[in-house]
Amino acid sequence: MSPLWLLAVIFIVALTGAILGRSRAIGAVDGEVSTLHSRPGYYGSYVFIWTAIPAALFMAALLIAQPFFNRSVVHDHLFGAYESGCQRSLSFGKSNAAILKAGDENAPQICRDWIEFRDLETRQDLVQGVVRNVADGLALLNKDELTKLRAGLVAIRPMMAQKGIALAEDVSAPIVSAAYRLNDARSRANFLLYGGLGILLLAGFLGSYLRIRPALRARNLVEANIRIALIIASSIAVLTTVGIVLSMLFEALNFFDHVPLVDFFFGTVWDPRFQSVGRQVSSEGGQFGLLPLLWGTMFISLVALLVAVPIGLFAAIYMAEYATRPIRAVAKPMLEILAGIPTIVYGFFALVTVGPFLRDAGASIGLSISANSVLTAGFVMGIMLIPFISSLSDDIISAVPQSLRDGSLGLGATKSETIKQVILPAALPGIVASILLAASRAIGETMIVVMAAGIAANLTANPFEAVTTVTVKIVSQLTGDLEFNSPQTLVAFALGITLFFITLGLNVFALHIVRKYREQYD
Amino acid sequence: MTDLSVPPAQSTAQMPRDYGLKKRYASEARFKLYGMIAIGMGLLFLTLLFVSIITKGYTAFEQTKIQLSLTLDEKILDPAGTRDPKQLAKAIRYNKIIEPAFYQAIGLDPKDKAQKADRKLAKKIISRGAAIELRDMVLDNPDLIGTTQSVWILASGDVDSFVKGQISRQTDEKRRQIKDKQIAWIDALLDQGIMDKKFNSGLFTFGASSRPETAGIGVAVIGSLFMMGIVLVLALPIGVAASIYLEEFAPKNKWTDLIEVNINNLAAVPSIVFGLLGLAVFINFAGLPRSASIVGGLVLTLMTLPTIIIATRSALKAVPPSIREAALGVGASKTQTIFHHVLPLASPGILTGTIIGLAQALGETAPLLMIGMVAFVKDIPVSPLDPATALPVQIYMWAGAAERAFVERTSAAILILLAFLAIMNISAVLLRRRFERRW
Amino acid sequence: MQDMTPINTAEASERRAIKISAKEVTVHYGAKQALFGVDLDIEENQVTSLIGPSGCGKSTFLRCLNRMNDTIDICSVGGQIRLGDINIYDPKVDVVELRARVGMVFQKPNPFPKSIFENIAYGPRIHGLCRDKSDMEEVVVSSLQKAGLFDEVKDRLDEPGTGLSGGQQQRLCIARAIAVSPEVILMDEPCSALDPIATAKVEELIDELRENYTIVIVTHSMQQAARVSQRTAFFHLGNIVEEGPTEQIFTMPKDQRTQDYITGRFG
Repeated sequence: MSPLWLLAVIFIVALTGAILGRSRAIGAVDGEVSTLHSRPGYYGSYVFIWTAIPAALFMAALLIAQPFFNRSVVHDHLFGAYESGCQRSLSFGKSNAAILKAGDENAPQICRDWIEFRDLETRQDLVQGVVRNVADGLALLNKDELTKLRAGLVAIRPMMAQKGIALAEDVSAPIVSAAYRLNDARSRANFLLYGGLGILLLAGFLGSYLRIRPALRARNLVEANIRIALIIASSIAVLTTVGIVLSMLFEALNFFDHVPLVDFFFGTVWDPRFQSVGRQVSSEGGQFGLLPLLWGTMFISLVALLVAVPIGLFAAIYMAEYATRPIRAVAKPMLEILAGIPTIVYGFFALVTVGPFLRDAGASIGLSISANSVLTAGFVMGIMLIPFISSLSDDIISAVPQSLRDGSLGLGATKSETIKQVILPAALPGIVASILLAASRAIGETMIVVMAAGIAANLTANPFEAVTTVTVKIVSQLTGDLEFNSPQTLVAFALGITLFFITLGLNVFALHIVRKYREQYD
Repeated sequence: MTDLSVPPAQSTAQMPRDYGLKKRYASEARFKLYGMIAIGMGLLFLTLLFVSIITKGYTAFEQTKIQLSLTLDEKILDPAGTRDPKQLAKAIRYNKIIEPAFYQAIGLDPKDKAQKADRKLAKKIISRGAAIELRDMVLDNPDLIGTTQSVWILASGDVDSFVKGQISRQTDEKRRQIKDKQIAWIDALLDQGIMDKKFNSGLFTFGASSRPETAGIGVAVIGSLFMMGIVLVLALPIGVAASIYLEEFAPKNKWTDLIEVNINNLAAVPSIVFGLLGLAVFINFAGLPRSASIVGGLVLTLMTLPTIIIATRSALKAVPPSIREAALGVGASKTQTIFHHVLPLASPGILTGTIIGLAQALGETAPLLMIGMVAFVKDIPVSPLDPATALPVQIYMWAGAAERAFVERTSAAILILLAFLAIMNISAVLLRRRFERRW
Repeated sequence: MQDMTPINTAEASERRAIKISAKEVTVHYGAKQALFGVDLDIEENQVTSLIGPSGCGKSTFLRCLNRMNDTIDICSVGGQIRLGDINIYDPKVDVVELRARVGMVFQKPNPFPKSIFENIAYGPRIHGLCRDKSDMEEVVVSSLQKAGLFDEVKDRLDEPGTGLSGGQQQRLCIARAIAVSPEVILMDEPCSALDPIATAKVEELIDELRENYTIVIVTHSMQQAARVSQRTAFFHLGNIVEEGPTEQIFTMPKDQRTQDYITGRFG
């Protein structure tokens, strides 16, 4: 039975229990429900929780643990079977144990299999997959077919193909026996699962059902459980952050096994040299210098801010201080549309409209601007950032107390004098924070730069040339079929964690300023 | 004392003073103008963006098709006469029906050896996807075999671009994908009304294809729907539960402070980082399939959670304490108070926040690239575990394609995506207007 | 000091020059009318207090006198208010110039988030009233002295104005208004956010300022009106019910409603 069906069964059993519990509570007071401690529904919920939750948790734990357990069962068995198979074939043959080295063409097949299995993680993954496939196939065979197979009357590969399971290669004896082991382990696990579920459901139901008495504080018990659920939900956000940091740190540390920390953080050349799957990692794994990428990121972000800050800030000032209600009611949401447009759309806009336009415009005045340039990416990203700056700055400026405006206007200051000399200085921390948040957006922005910035890592100060960014490289290192454990892919995680901490720093700092600012005027 | 050191103010007050008004008002006007220019530029960019995409994209909603009268000959399609779907599914047989019919339509002899070069050129006018479309029609209804049907079949992508005027006749023939001879045929077909632009329903139903005329967003839309479903089912309850705890139960201490900072920060973490998380945790660690919408849904759920939590908390905050006090006052427990009174009153705000979060998730591309949703998927996925793409990822893939006809399809897909987003955001606004309550 | 102490009765009897003359002033906030044709003459170098229950229009009227109501979009003002020989609602009148001549002090002390010095220097600076730095320093010092604040803050002119106590902040705001050398100072319940000791200081200051400025003060406290003002106008439901020398309003009100209000029957 699939987990979903099991869940359904648990649910139905628990629901039945809930109905029984509710009627037991009502029956216990002969229908005088007002003499119960809690409303009858709470007694039902109480039984439901105690029946369903332990069983569901048990099921989840078992389902999570099972693959790991099965994997180790198969691994241990294969290891032993290969080794003993090899030993046997060696003792029968002429070769001796001394030839057991990787890639020895003269060794018997089983020994070569064993060595590959012993030394290569990728091979282990592959064999595990084959074993699973064979085991699935064996489970489909009937008794008759199984006996034939055992007796060696039929070959396994065509038989599996008949059952709709395609095997990539002919399977050796250790794999078949591992498949039997796997099926054994699976059936034991199933037995454990069904037995455990049955016991837990029954025990949970009886334990809670029999405890139902009019004085049982069912509501308090149920509410305590609700509260636990709420706490778990609220910790998911923290777990996400922990997950981000740990997963990226783990993979990044893997990367730093291959490439020294200093070479990554202070290297000025980015040249990862792609390698295809399967080949050994050579010592010349390419150079992974972060600096050109970081420079590209900062350069594009700077151009973006040069576009977004003046426009966003003046737009915010105009909307907060000058605009009449109807203009504000139209202009504000219109500008905010810019924030709602997916970045892929900006990327496309940069790729097909802005890039060619800037290139042609540059050509007409004798400038050579490449279609993928810092200018293109930065300009389009700047458009995207306008609402980030204008919205938050607008809020911040509007939060400056009216009394300060009155004070200044009451002295005969003009509006612009009031804004420049009283309101902006008062709102400065908030405005700085909004710029920092926009900068953090710009640094983490991916799609615009993927489509408009180029892929060559360049250390250039010329805004008309193409540069690449941290995010572009994360994408290009991870798309395509690459061996996962090579530095070429792992570097993406090192880049990712760098990106995460840069933006984290900016965000925490900016949000802290905003918080302080809000408290000041609350 | 006070009046000794200072000359009486009246002496200056009575004289007309110079306030430098002219200069000050000029500066005032300038400052105001900057503001108007800033807003004007913002709106100008918005308009440019839309104009650029609409003008590039609207043509993709029409597709050039050719009307042919096809005799579905049983001898060709089903020589055995068994109506076995496996036999009927052989697409190459349908070409043998379409091609001769087309040659006749442009006045070529299907058999004449001398015209072989012409026929080869003519064949390029019809799409290679036409046979497959015809096949699917027959597979749906095998009774059609033996009858003669008038069918609009797809023209190839280059022909489509030419008919829409995107390939200029002025270009030198060598560099032009459509040759002079083909132009003559196309003009003749257009004159006869056999070739015409029809509504492009395939754009909405087809999956990935390397031929623009048979490429559509069908798979991507289903994939996106699956993901939105997963996000809704997971992020809404978790987000609401988390917000209730933080807003109503949690004590104010370092730990809840940390959660709060953490949630605000998560909302600003670059989306690509969530993609890396998804790759490392859901695919490499938990072993979920690559390219599947379930992984995309989970990643987007984690991304959307902070948005929903922030919106829900402010909705809960907006419910005045008097409501809580009233419920507590009649003896309701805290949990009852929240679930019976506070939550229903906050629900419009929660819903609005959820819709906005979903809209963000719908437009998100970068994290999906990380979990391998840049896949060439032809078949409509039937479960969240099947390989799928998402609408924005489809746009990304099309944007990288070389053919001229993909540019308009990319723009059209963007328009469809924007339409979805507009619907979601407008409904959020309407919801807020309809149910907003001022306390 | 002695010669400055006001003798209310003596001064109330003599008529002075009229500084501001309001005729038929009406104010609408959108559809809602707040003032219904108010007539009031404000005498030069006197303190005029506007009293009345909450929402009677006294603050609205005060804000008409230097057109602070312009900052509220939905507010429209009718009638005529003359300052000297100009109608301040004449389209040709410049609101900046007007406000430089008619300064204002608000209910809540609202120092700018700048240093004490900069708070005072702000007005003269924007209006270009000082030729150079020493000139500016002189204005700042004299304004602080006139506001009776100089001795308290002379050592910390560079510290933020928001760091002062409430009463000091309010006197800072008064000094800020004085620095522009206005002819009239409007005060909108200047003591409502202050404690009694700070209030006493501000009241004393108002009395001293009368020498050089015309002052209009809105107050909730009838005691305060009696203490600081020479003339009083009683507002009720957007109208002036009664206006005259303070002494007379408080001792022999002509109108029953005034009588009721000052004896505490409503308010």
